[in-house]
Amino acid sequence: MINRFLIPVVVFALLVVVLAIGIKHSPEKGIIPSPLIGKPAPQFSLPSLGDPARTVSSATLRGRWYLLNVWGSWCGTCREEHRMLLEVRRSGRVPLIGLDWKDDDSQALGYLQQLGDPYEFVAADRDGRTAIDWGVYAAPESFLVNPAGIVVYKCMGELTPDIWEKEILPRLPQAQAARS
Amino acid sequence: MRLGIAICVAGAGLALAGAAWAIDTTQMPTPELQARYEGLTHELRCVQCQDNDIADSPAGIAEDLRRQVREMLLAGKSDDDVRNFMLARYGDFVLYSPRFAPKTAWLWIAPEVLLLVGALVAWRVVRKRSRLVSADTEPLPEDGSP
Repeated sequence: MINRFLIPVVVFALLVVVLAIGIKHSPEKGIIPSPLIGKPAPQFSLPSLGDPARTVSSATLRGRWYLLNVWGSWCGTCREEHRMLLEVRRSGRVPLIGLDWKDDDSQALGYLQQLGDPYEFVAADRDGRTAIDWGVYAAPESFLVNPAGIVVYKCMGELTPDIWEKEILPRLPQAQAARS
Repeated sequence: MRLGIAICVAGAGLALAGAAWAIDTTQMPTPELQARYEGLTHELRCVQCQDNDIADSPAGIAEDLRRQVREMLLAGKSDDDVRNFMLARYGDFVLYSPRFAPKTAWLWIAPEVLLLVGALVAWRVVRKRSRLVSADTEPLPEDGSP
């Protein structure tokens, strides 16, 4: 007879647990975990923004930390994020590499002129192929890559001061603080 | 009557509009490639607008991914090559029908398990009740009683 009472209660408790997990994780809904974490960063070789004759390549980044930031002058959240990027540049903790995604050269240059240029260099991905290799689906996105060329962290959406302090700074080696 | 005609006209209008909104007008060189292309673009999720497949999404990224599928098929790649290409970049989420892997196993097994549990409960209930009937030898009360 105790079963009659117990089984529904247990089922209900299980349901509560499952739904609670769902609710707890709901802010992550829509964020696709990147399969690139822990894997070698995709190679790229693209024209430099503002100087199409010059090619910029991921090969030159081997052996050091960098933060690849995917942006576009058409992207509203990128504009909001920009002040933080300038802050990152000022901190000197990690070089910012820009991937200007499906953008127009003159508009992208105007954007950087107006807001300031936080990037060491910007690669112009005009047809979006490099972005596909990186699994990009909505700008802005930022990838932290270590000296071995392995992607260690991906920030989906705006890079906030909170994410910078809690997710990116702890992953960077202390020694880099001296270099700027 | 007039209302009926109005509804018909509205319905026809909607149907036409649906056709005009077809997002992907790609034509592959052979019917076989076309079928594989349509199959794959309906199987791949648009990573940005996540309740759409890439065949039906107007998002820029869906367009780029369709181009990728088209080019890979034209280059003679297999359907699995295309799927693996997308999986390596966007993860399991990109397939509407995820692979069977340790991480996705519960997705596949849960419905069967639930069905089994349901069947077990139903079987037990039915058995218990059928036993009740055979044990019930008391005569039925007469109509109109007490």
